[in-house]
Amino acid sequence: MLTTAAAAAPEFAHAGSSRIPPADRMGVLVDLTACVGCRSCEVACKKAHGLPTGSDNLVPSDVHVPERRRPDPGSLTVVNEYKSSTGSSPPIFVKVQCMHCDYPSCESACIVGAITKKEGGEVLWDTDMCIGCRYCMVACPFQIPAFQFDTALKPDIVKCDFCFQRRKQGGVPACVEICPMEVLTYGRRSTLLEVARKKIENYPDRYSNHIYGELEAGGTSWMYISKADFKDLQFPDLKKDPMPGTSESIQHGIFAYFVPPISLYALLGGLMWITKNRRTSEEEMGE
Amino acid sequence: MNAYTAPEPLNRKFFTPGVLVLIVLAVNGIAFVFARIFFGLGAVTHLNNQYPWGLWIGVDVAAGVALAAGGFTSAALGHVMHRENYQAIVRPALLTAMLGYTFVAFGVVIDIGRWYFVWHPIFMWNGNSPLFEVGMCVMIYMTVLYIEFLPLVTERFMGRVHLKGILSFLTRPLERILSTLDRALGKTMFVFIIAGIVLSTLHQSSLGTLMIIAGPKIHPLWQTPVLPLLFLLSAIAVGFPMVIFESLLASRSFGLKPEMDILSKLGSMVAPLLGIYLAFKIGDMVIRETFVYLVTPTTASVMFLIEVVVGVIIPLRMLLSRTVLRSPLWLFVASSLVIFGVLLNRINTFIVAYTPPYSIKPYFPSIGEISVTVGFVSLLVLLYRVAVLIFPVISVHKEVVTPISKYSIRGSVK
Repeated sequence: MLTTAAAAAPEFAHAGSSRIPPADRMGVLVDLTACVGCRSCEVACKKAHGLPTGSDNLVPSDVHVPERRRPDPGSLTVVNEYKSSTGSSPPIFVKVQCMHCDYPSCESACIVGAITKKEGGEVLWDTDMCIGCRYCMVACPFQIPAFQFDTALKPDIVKCDFCFQRRKQGGVPACVEICPMEVLTYGRRSTLLEVARKKIENYPDRYSNHIYGELEAGGTSWMYISKADFKDLQFPDLKKDPMPGTSESIQHGIFAYFVPPISLYALLGGLMWITKNRRTSEEEMGE
Repeated sequence: MNAYTAPEPLNRKFFTPGVLVLIVLAVNGIAFVFARIFFGLGAVTHLNNQYPWGLWIGVDVAAGVALAAGGFTSAALGHVMHRENYQAIVRPALLTAMLGYTFVAFGVVIDIGRWYFVWHPIFMWNGNSPLFEVGMCVMIYMTVLYIEFLPLVTERFMGRVHLKGILSFLTRPLERILSTLDRALGKTMFVFIIAGIVLSTLHQSSLGTLMIIAGPKIHPLWQTPVLPLLFLLSAIAVGFPMVIFESLLASRSFGLKPEMDILSKLGSMVAPLLGIYLAFKIGDMVIRETFVYLVTPTTASVMFLIEVVVGVIIPLRMLLSRTVLRSPLWLFVASSLVIFGVLLNRINTFIVAYTPPYSIKPYFPSIGEISVTVGFVSLLVLLYRVAVLIFPVISVHKEVVTPISKYSIRGSVK
């Protein structure tokens, strides 16, 4: 089973991205078939990050949230409800947060390198470097990074930080810890892939044969399994090439050891010299 | 031989009714800039987590850089190719580029969330990021443009520094600085001129690379790996139309005779450049088979067709006609269409083509955003007017043509 992933790895390595994600990075497997939409993960996340919880304090909540929400500066993760296409079966709940890509677009795009993929798999944002240009938001295929548009002084880019503080102290992410239905499994990404494959193999009626995040955009640390088609759950349909591949190839091509710009400089300099000499000799010859 | 006088400061009054309108627009824009600084981006713009970039990046920055391309294309023609006949347009183009990039920088500063950290990229590098390259190149190129402008300052003030009262002791040192600067610049200017052209080709193309990483979020009509090449080619094509546009406007505003002998020749160079751009644009469309998106009328397909037909094909055909090239009015119309085409291309690439996956309602710029953009353009025009009144920028058509013999060099013919 694992060989598929191993065989796929070198393919990514020369697909344009310069960094290779750490081998034993961690991840989370989200089993959408188990989620009942209680949203306790939302509250636990807010508490863990010191964000106001408001009326969401009533946990487990049976408050129905009909509209589709997105993570914003006040909530790093949200759970949305999707009516089943067959109608009779219960709705599907989808937890949304940063996918912690193996080849993050935001990391590649960031003008000052304020976003980095760390050893443990998490993609982190550095407040001391960020200039607030919001290119990470343009680059992210999952439209995850949020910006404090209403803050005049020192607005932040806000997104899930994979609870790296808690994990550093030996804990697990707040959402994983609180989930009563064991929707979320935290572990080494390679192990999670095995778990997901075993689940799909053992219960072919319960899951469709697709681990979202295994290959999408070059792979993500957070992965999903579900019965429904991921397109129906508003997951972007992404190819398996890392998102930064093309732009990084172009950038590195233009700046290959500064050879192209310096050559152009020399060429223009030569041209300038030749035309100038020709002008002067023409003027000397003429009249 | 040369039908123009050396550039000199124009002797006109500053205030006209048009200038007053521009001042009102500029003040209105600046008011919104203050609102943005004190209340944040959300208070002034329609930007949100789905649409992080809007009018300011699309027009003030991306289109601003493209439309300031007249600076490097005319420098290439005038200085690198040494076409002396075109000297009269090099300085106005330089001034436009300098002011254009200054306002691009203002646009960036007000758009970024933490504007006081705008200097961070100088010390914090990310070579993978096209935005980093654009930022660095624009910063260096702006410095180069100011250096290229310095000779106009030394020329204007050398030998004319007369400070009065307690400052009079500064007269001599200032004169010495000016003459040293003048001599040093005279010898080294070619370094900066070539650097300016190289830097321009780099960041003009990298502006196109910006949207590549957004992948499927950009409509396939615009999302292509050759986007940087298309941006560079369109910037080169729009350089001369921008010079023509601005020269004809200035002639009218200052009551000067349009420099049609130069402008017609410049105009005749635009058609081939536009043709190359069009060939790559259509070729890319055919290779990626994106013409299928043109079959159904959507915002994207309509905008794409307007951009290509009105902004490229029609002016291309016009500029092949001798009648158009010789008539100030038609040349102005054709140049305006080319400028419109490139402006619309940048708006399309950065705003229209950008479709975030979870958007609820499409983005349209707010009154505040539009006011700031209009205000910046007004301020640019006002500063241009101030600059040509103070510095020797514009060459005036000679009324009586001086005999050629006066300028020819005698005695050195072999």
